[in-house]
Formats: sequence, C-alpha cells, structure tokens
Amino acid sequence: MRRFARFWWDFVVGDDWRIAAGIAVAIGLVALLHHVHVTSWWVLPLAVAALLYASLRRATG
Amino acid sequence: MSAVFLVLSAFLASAVEMVEALTIVLAAGITRGWRSSLLGVGAATGVLAAATAALGPALTLVPISALRLVVGALLLVFGLQWLRKAILRASGLKALHDEEEAFAREVAEARATDGRSRGAIDAYGFTLAFKGVLLEGLEVVFIVLGFGSTQGSIGLAALGAGAAVVLVAAAGVAARAPLARVPENAMKFAVGTMLTTFGIFWATEGAGAGWPEGDAALPVVLAFVLVLSFVLVVLLRRRRLEAAVA
Repeated sequence: MRRFARFWWDFVVGDDWRIAAGIAVAIGLVALLHHVHVTSWWVLPLAVAALLYASLRRATG
Repeated sequence: MSAVFLVLSAFLASAVEMVEALTIVLAAGITRGWRSSLLGVGAATGVLAAATAALGPALTLVPISALRLVVGALLLVFGLQWLRKAILRASGLKALHDEEEAFAREVAEARATDGRSRGAIDAYGFTLAFKGVLLEGLEVVFIVLGFGSTQGSIGLAALGAGAAVVLVAAAGVAARAPLARVPENAMKFAVGTMLTTFGIFWATEGAGAGWPEGDAALPVVLAFVLVLSFVLVVLLRRRRLEAAVA
C-alpha cells in the first residue's frame, strides 16, 4: 500500500512538492477572488512563473 | 484552435513516452528473447486499455466544472514537472535524455541478470517489457483522459495518441534500434509547455473564473508559458556560465 501511494505521489507530484502545494493555494485564491467578484484569471499565470522560478533556483543551488 | 492543440499535445506526449518504451522493449527483446518481451507488451497494453475503458466513460459523468478543476490542477502540477526538467536540460544543468545510453544501460542490466530459460517464458524479459510499456503508457492514458474529458472529446485525444503509437512502432520496426535521432528533449519541452498551458487554462475555469475572450485566450497563455520558459533557460544558462568563470 505504501509503495502504491509512493508511486502515485512520484507520478503526480514529482521532485518538488512545493510546486503542488503552491498550485493548490493559487487555485484556492482564484476561487476566493472570484467569490468576492474580483477578476482572478491572472493569478495562476503569475503563480506558475513564481513557483517555477523558485523551484529552479532551489534545484540549482 | 483548441482541437488542434488537443491532438498535437496528445500526439507529442504519446510519441515521447512511446520512444522511451520502445527502447526498453528493444533491450528486453534482444537480450531476453522476443516472445517474452512481446507478451509483456501485450499484457501491459491490455491493462492500459482496460484502465482507459473503465475510466473514460466514468469521467464523462462528472460535471465539467469539477472535471476542469481537478484535471486542470493535476495537469498543471504534472506539466510543471516536465517543464522544470526540460528547462534544466535546455540550460545544461541536467543531462539530456539519451536513448542510446538508456538502451545500453537496459541491455547491460538484462544481460547481467541470471535465470533465462529458453523455450519457456523468460520472467525478466516479460517483466521488463511489461513495466516499461505500463509506466510510460500510464502517462499517455493520464494525458489522453485528462485532455479528452475536459474538452469533451476523448476520441480526438486518443486519435493523436494512437497516431504516435503507430508511428513510433513502425519507426522502431524499421530501424530495429533505439530512436536516438528523435528530438526527444525538444519534444519534452513542447509537451511540458502544453500541459502547463492547458493546466492554467482549465484550473482557472474550474475554479470559477473566466478568461477575457474565452477560448481565444488559450494561445495567449501558451505564448506566456513559452516566453517564461525561454527567459528561465537564458537566466539559468547565464548563471551557469558565471559560476564556471568564477
């Protein structure tokens, strides 16, 4: 069971779990802003840029 | 426009994964015998077909907004993995994927393993081919079902993926060698870019927000992801050169 869970974790999340966590937070923010009638399509592109940059910085020391 | 992206993404993703699976199957076939390896390929294909047949119709029952949210989020996380590795490879900070090297490694491992039984099914050869096709194929199934279900056209995505499988298999039979000349690293970059683009687009829509100009925003998101990726490659290359000089 543990190996099965590990496989799916590696398959979907991969090397940097912070990217997955950051995307989850960003999607939550999109939903929240939409709920309070604020334009929110810009959140995910911005989050992707920031998360990818941060992850690559960590990977390259 | 999105139908073209859909077929192209499924085709490229499937082609990349099938080139890798072909390398493993060739190594298993040459070293452990073709009978066991092809049985492994057949068994893995059966499992993948069963998974697709079970999940495909089930996904059509899920409301489209929930599907776009979940699939968009998964594609985004999955796509960023591909894009991150592709950027590291393009900037020279990670070794390029080399099919000839992968083939040599698989052949050496298969030859070093004892227990080959001529005439009967060779367990190692079967398992190597089965695992190779299953694991690489699982990514294709994930992408085809994800793309297809959110666009409401699993058939179109399957068409793109199926064309790639046929093309790679035919090229493999003709070459009888790993397809080392396929521009695999560039294709992985393209797939990472497309997965990330669709992920951003669908996860935003699934979370309730709308895009200015609707579907016409998709090429703009793609351009954004492409420019971002190239800027990051340039930055990392510059950092690598500065570190080498210092």
